[in-house]
Amino acid sequence: MLAAIILVPLVGAAILGLFGKRMSERVIGWIACSTVAVSTILSFYLFFEHRAALEGGEKLHEYLFTWISVGTFRTDASLLLDSLSAIYILFITFVGFWIHVFATGYMRGDKGYWRFFAYMNLFMFSMLTLVLADNFVLMFVGWEGVGLCSYLLIGYYFTKDFANDAAKKAFIVNRIGDFGFVLGVFLLFSKAGTIFYFNDTARGIHGAFDWAMTQSPDPLTWSAIFGGGITSVAVLLFVGAIGKSAQLPLYVWLPDAMAGPTPVSALIHAATMVTAGVYMVARASSIYIHAPTAMMIVAIIGAATALFAATIGLAQWDIKKVLAYSTISQLGYMFLACGVGAFGAGIFHVFTHAFFKALLFLGSGSVILGMHHEQDMRRMGGLKKYMPITFATMFAGWFAISGFPLFSGFFSKDEILYRSFIANGLPDSWARILWFVGAVTALVTAVYMTRLMVLTFWGRERFSTSEPAPGADSVPGGHEDHPGPPHESPASMVLPLVVLAAGAVFAGYLGVPEGLSGGKITNYFERLLEPSIASLHVMEPGHAQRTPEGTPLETRAEAPARMPEGHGLERTLTGVSILIALAGIGIGWVWFKRKPLWEPPRLLEEKYYVDELYNATVVQPIKVGSTSVLWKVIDVHIIDGAVNGAGHLASMLGSTLRYLQSGLARSYVAIVVLGALLIIGYFVMK
Amino acid sequence: MQTDFQTIATQAMQFIMPEGILTLFACAALVLDVMLPRDRKRFVAWVSLLGVGLAFASLWILYTSIVSKGTPRTAFFDMIVLDSYAVVFKSIFLIGAALSILLSIKYLEIEGEQRGEYYGLILFSVIGMMFMASSVDLLALFISLELMAVSVYILVGYFRRDKKSNEASMKYFLLGAFSSGVLLYGISMVYGLTGSTNLAKIAAALPIVASANFNPFGAAAPPDMRYLLLMSMILMAAGMFFKVAAVPFHMWAPDAYEGAPTSITAFMSVGVKAASFAMFGRLFLYGLPDLRGSLAGDPASGIPSLPGWALLLGIVSAITIVWGNLGALTQNNTKRLLAYSSISHAGYVLLGLIAGNQTGYTGFVIYLFIYTIMNLGVFGCIIALRRRGIVGDRMEDLNGLMKKAPGLTVMMTIFLLSLGGIPPTAGFIGKFYLFAGLIETGNPWLVRLAILAVLMSVVSLYYYIRFIRAMYIEGETEPQPVTLAPSLRVALVAAAILVIYIGVFPQRLIDLTQKAATSPGLKTYSYQQGATKPAEPATPPPARGMPGERDRQTATPPR
Repeated sequence: MLAAIILVPLVGAAILGLFGKRMSERVIGWIACSTVAVSTILSFYLFFEHRAALEGGEKLHEYLFTWISVGTFRTDASLLLDSLSAIYILFITFVGFWIHVFATGYMRGDKGYWRFFAYMNLFMFSMLTLVLADNFVLMFVGWEGVGLCSYLLIGYYFTKDFANDAAKKAFIVNRIGDFGFVLGVFLLFSKAGTIFYFNDTARGIHGAFDWAMTQSPDPLTWSAIFGGGITSVAVLLFVGAIGKSAQLPLYVWLPDAMAGPTPVSALIHAATMVTAGVYMVARASSIYIHAPTAMMIVAIIGAATALFAATIGLAQWDIKKVLAYSTISQLGYMFLACGVGAFGAGIFHVFTHAFFKALLFLGSGSVILGMHHEQDMRRMGGLKKYMPITFATMFAGWFAISGFPLFSGFFSKDEILYRSFIANGLPDSWARILWFVGAVTALVTAVYMTRLMVLTFWGRERFSTSEPAPGADSVPGGHEDHPGPPHESPASMVLPLVVLAAGAVFAGYLGVPEGLSGGKITNYFERLLEPSIASLHVMEPGHAQRTPEGTPLETRAEAPARMPEGHGLERTLTGVSILIALAGIGIGWVWFKRKPLWEPPRLLEEKYYVDELYNATVVQPIKVGSTSVLWKVIDVHIIDGAVNGAGHLASMLGSTLRYLQSGLARSYVAIVVLGALLIIGYFVMK
Repeated sequence: MQTDFQTIATQAMQFIMPEGILTLFACAALVLDVMLPRDRKRFVAWVSLLGVGLAFASLWILYTSIVSKGTPRTAFFDMIVLDSYAVVFKSIFLIGAALSILLSIKYLEIEGEQRGEYYGLILFSVIGMMFMASSVDLLALFISLELMAVSVYILVGYFRRDKKSNEASMKYFLLGAFSSGVLLYGISMVYGLTGSTNLAKIAAALPIVASANFNPFGAAAPPDMRYLLLMSMILMAAGMFFKVAAVPFHMWAPDAYEGAPTSITAFMSVGVKAASFAMFGRLFLYGLPDLRGSLAGDPASGIPSLPGWALLLGIVSAITIVWGNLGALTQNNTKRLLAYSSISHAGYVLLGLIAGNQTGYTGFVIYLFIYTIMNLGVFGCIIALRRRGIVGDRMEDLNGLMKKAPGLTVMMTIFLLSLGGIPPTAGFIGKFYLFAGLIETGNPWLVRLAILAVLMSVVSLYYYIRFIRAMYIEGETEPQPVTLAPSLRVALVAAAILVIYIGVFPQRLIDLTQKAATSPGLKTYSYQQGATKPAEPATPPPARGMPGERDRQTATPPR
């Protein structure tokens, strides 16, 4: 069953990749969407079929075959469904399906229609493999698979240099992260002796996480990072997450990745792939809670990235770039949550973010298409009367991401801010700083999103309706550039917007923080996740030892005891969050309604010159070093010299051999005898 | 009460059913050849292929109904044993034979030498190989070896009108006869020392003979029999080294490989080699297990301890790997180059015997299996280059192949990368097991040997990539198109798919070969206790001349 969820999109990718070229767009669209639809239906069916088991913390393993088994090392192709992976497959398939539907409209007329959907289906396959794998090696297969698909889709317009450059950049930067990830898995294997997640008695395998739970936590010191212990494992794994989820300092590929078609940005670079890092950290939560130093690093990097990217987002003119930096910033939030031990809150934000960010990207795609491939917000404005549905749906997304009360983003963001304020496991001062950074980020987020909305939908129309916008080829495609006023998108694109908008509004009610409702509304999301995720409370001295598999009943009984004063504090903080969101929207509204084309500080517009910095400190030195040292000195003199020398030596040896290899049978016999005598002589003399 | 004849007729015959089928078909091939008109001779090839297929099927039936059920069965007065070791090797030979026959059909037609006896001889030599894998008696082993060898001598000289082919055959024969003599000499001495030609009995007698104080005649000064024992071991090893083409007994290989018909070169380089290794394993792992480590001396009376065959094999494999790879660097004739490459591969395979643990034995078997497929693949690609007026065995003949035959080029690339041991091809899995076996022992010398082997396989990439460079980068030097005969295409595609499949999903093959590596009678050695001691030879305990590192238990499954 689980295998079918994964394999159906693969079959679709294979069909489209092999025969798609001869198919009509209609057939291609049907195949691509129906495979994902099958996965979606199966995912929902499985979830509701096993709901009780999943809520009870059961882990459903599905063994396919043993992939490699060498000595003590064993890897299976086997899948795992628990509440964490269940949540992931639900929103991946659901959001993925609607993005596929959107893309059938968006990509219409493109020459590579079949290629695009083959890649998209392949991506779904890889992403689902990543999430459903029950060990790190199979996860890595998916991890690399999504990286590959991301590369292929960013470089989809392969005739354009900027797309190729962006694709290469994404691939190479991700490689740095993957290196850390692989090292982390190696180290984990050498420590735990297994790369499986959990014990499975049916197959007689031990799980690394069960191993981790038996370890005593590392101390909170910087030296633990290099101690080669569980902290090192956690930090190395996080390096992988930094690459994949575009965190400081490896975030630089994600903004450039917007060179791909907009549905790709929505699916891969907002809703699913980039959250793989968060998934991995949450999945490995039992390792992280034993590595407080690593947790702190995760929290700090998350918070720093959140603020850093949000400020850049404030100053971008390209509508997709704003959303890209916004994604980086929101991913930072998720890591902040993980870093303070609120893995559940992080995953909840992944979940709500998938809806509203996919919605915002698709909305921007709709705008771009409506504007005949214009991405620059300076040439938009007043679009709400031309594209009413797009406007209404993006409105929902705007409020959701800004944390406007009762929209989905409000609940998840609020939870994260509250949890970072009380962050257990961290010194109090750190917790307060993290909360403050998060709160400022929330404010900036509301401002830049308001700016985006105002510049796009309100104000003066800054485009001419008679001719296609100049420089409109930034998203080249098969669409004919027809002049005329902006227009609303076709139904196949509008429908997904509406569905996702509903998600953006209501998804949050699955996880209303209990402090907020006074425990009256069950925080279903957290209850569901609890068994799959190790929680910090296990580590706290004085608390009753509770395994991550603790039944919901126990935890429910314990929850009020664990934060008796919490509700009051939580409500206060929620009030602060609401004020921040409203203030942000207000500032943005007032400021940008008045001065839509306000020039932001150059430092922000140029993205803190990070790309230039990397270019100067990393890329150029490598280039120069490669050219002047590696090539001109080492390659030419040393390597070529060695090779030529070896060649010389080899040909000298060769001529000696040739002398021996005289072709005369009697000399061969002589050598054989000589050889035998030498051996016997050696043995006798020994 | 059954007579011996009845026992043989009713029970023992079924154990050699695959060989029996092959014998029938080999004879049929010879007879058919006389009956068929000149232009219909290729029919014989299909008949032989059918014979190989039937033999494979009966082997499979034997495996599922008898071998996989339990203890190995012996027959013919303990001369033949049917265990998973034998079955896995026999399947290697049959696969090799089937692929070789497929490679030959078109090639022989181009050469104008399509005759039935060619296929008959291949089948006869395969029969010899199969008996080599299942014999556990020195005489039976020797006779099967000669059956294989004589058939191959003829096949090497099969192109009667070709001087090179004749020369190669003559050299191979002379040196082969010489080495057989050496081997027989060793065998006779072992028989003299232990009083038996049965490997199990020899193994049982060894601890007594190898003891430093062995004094059967009550002489005043006991004669040190260990020297004689070592002498005979070295002579037997020398004979086997010749057959597998290990340095310094490899001299025949480049000449014979170059001169022989390419299809026979392919067959020789895998079949003969794998069979000789099967026999090597039988002789040394089943027959002489106690000679592996050092032979204990008697420090009290000043008798030194002596090194065992692990050291001999270690030195020879190190030299072989280095020599084979360096020798291949400067060759321009592809057949000759591959001859050196196959010498170096013999060195790699020896590593599995040296390691002496489960992983090593698994590597030993798995590598021969994989090597058979990938090497036949490479030779198949070279055979494909044989066309009117072009022999196709020069490096230049590969130039610009990518433009002429992209499918063939891609398959050739797969085989070459596999020979070089690059993942995700099967060659990587094989090398991984061989090297892992050495490293698992924890013995510093063996680890160094593994490092040397890894370094030399890097060197080997140089000449494998020379092929690739010629095919992809160089421009065409002659315009003749390359077309693949259907039979050749089938063989190559099957081999390429297998190489990739095993590389990505090795588990099936590993399970199968692990069964062979855990056959009863194969003794494994654990270095764990001796790991802290300084290198070979490990210090022996005083009692009964048992090497210190010995693990007395017979093989147990690894998990």
